[in-house]
Amino acid sequence: MAYVAVKGGERAITNAHKWLGEVRRGDTKIPELSVSQIREQMSLAVDRVMAEGSCFDPELAALAIKQARGDLPEAIFLLRAYRTTLPRFGFSQPVETAQMAVHRRVSAAFKDIPGGQVLGPTFDYTHRLLDFKLAAEGETEIDSAAQSYSEMPEELATIAQVFEHEGLLEIDGVNNNEDPPFDLTREPMSFPAERDQRLQALARGDEGFLLSLAYSSQRGWGNTHPLCGEIRMGEVSIGFIPDELGFEIELADVPMTECIMLSGFASIEGNAPQYTRGYGLTFGHNERKAMSMSIVDRALRARDMGGEVTAPCQDEEFVLYHSDVVEASGFVQHLKLPHYVDFQADLQFLRRLRSEFTQAKDALNQSSNEETKVAAQ
Amino acid sequence: MTNTINEKFVAFSDWTKIGRSAWISLLSKAPANEVTKLWEQVSRPDIENNAQIIRRPETGMVMVRGRIGGAGNSFNLGEMTVTRCAIRLASGETGISYVAGRNKAHARIAAIVDAMMQTTEFSNIAIDAILDPLEKSDREKKKANSRKAKATQVEFFTMVTGR
Repeated sequence: MAYVAVKGGERAITNAHKWLGEVRRGDTKIPELSVSQIREQMSLAVDRVMAEGSCFDPELAALAIKQARGDLPEAIFLLRAYRTTLPRFGFSQPVETAQMAVHRRVSAAFKDIPGGQVLGPTFDYTHRLLDFKLAAEGETEIDSAAQSYSEMPEELATIAQVFEHEGLLEIDGVNNNEDPPFDLTREPMSFPAERDQRLQALARGDEGFLLSLAYSSQRGWGNTHPLCGEIRMGEVSIGFIPDELGFEIELADVPMTECIMLSGFASIEGNAPQYTRGYGLTFGHNERKAMSMSIVDRALRARDMGGEVTAPCQDEEFVLYHSDVVEASGFVQHLKLPHYVDFQADLQFLRRLRSEFTQAKDALNQSSNEETKVAAQ
Repeated sequence: MTNTINEKFVAFSDWTKIGRSAWISLLSKAPANEVTKLWEQVSRPDIENNAQIIRRPETGMVMVRGRIGGAGNSFNLGEMTVTRCAIRLASGETGISYVAGRNKAHARIAAIVDAMMQTTEFSNIAIDAILDPLEKSDREKKKANSRKAKATQVEFFTMVTGR
């Protein structure tokens, strides 16, 4: 690629941005959207921007969505750019999702999971018919949520805990003296990638890309035979130990979605066969993403499980190098920036090729004409 | 450490027994607008004006870690914004805050309340005017969500098929 300094266009750029501002606002006879309206009423868009922007801050995500005119990858880019301006205070304690204050928890594998199937605020089982009541001007009447007389238990056992005693499910290894986990915000991508690095990349990864990869896996391109062990969504406490205090405090109850996908059996390290598992975790309510992530996580473990890497979703370089929406969008969209010199060089080269081609062809014609004449004589 | 605050609150009503971690956590988790509104109602500008700022409210990030598979070794999930502040009261107690989000007033008030809690003179004001109302509002919000979730729990029944 060749880059060259090009001057000029300042006035055009300023005016383009002014027009952008006007288009962003739309018809001024329509009331302007506030950031808090976006935060409250476009909450799943906010959740996606926070997950892929890799920054939990609903206000900022809502502002980014407003500024980006609802273009979520652009909003994600804005959030990622903002986070680079802030210092880092440290790392949280690893979150204990088993202790989540659950708003939703379903297991498609095990009907009688202790604590039951809790649907929460879900689109599932809606008829997907447009609701024209929402299009009515003014305040639409809302059904307020039903409240049970009893409360949920403090903790719901996870699918892993339920079957732990029988050893039917792969157990997560905990090494208390572990090295700090890989951090993509500090280190470049490196291969072979361990699972901590892969999960961080997937957690920031583009939902659409991961969804398609998970779908490709289900359709046979590296199938992991997934069975949804458990999906849970709710609030998870974030513990943090500030240096100057030296004891743990809780910073926030952050909404998260977690998916544990059960996959094909394997004998790990010579043990009896077990279900292996894929794992997905995201900020916010983001079920499609968490499920896709868990399928892709398991597919990427093909190498660790002694399997063969044959499909795109199992190839960590393919998946991790292409999952980031900011990088992908940047590289595809940089093509619209001036490439005048590349084009100029290409043109010169192409003209020379064409003239050489014509000369060679003429020469060939001439010599074959002469041969014909000779043959005729 | 989930729900520590609530569990402890059910058992005790004395904040000083529950400990500093619990009130710092409550102040961090509380919505900024609730904290600032409650502080305005306290209306004790003397406490704030006589306090010395040791560290101005500063916004930064904390990297949130998850566990591989839900219970295994840690991985970096993504960051969250946090604002911290440190102040010293005229009587010498140092208050420290780390609050979720980017609201500087929230961080300043949380630091002042932490310092007040370490005094015998002001701790009652902090408890009555700030901590108790915040704890109540947090507990009620969680209770409502828990009851809404419970109401969406599926009750299975088995269809007896023909014999």
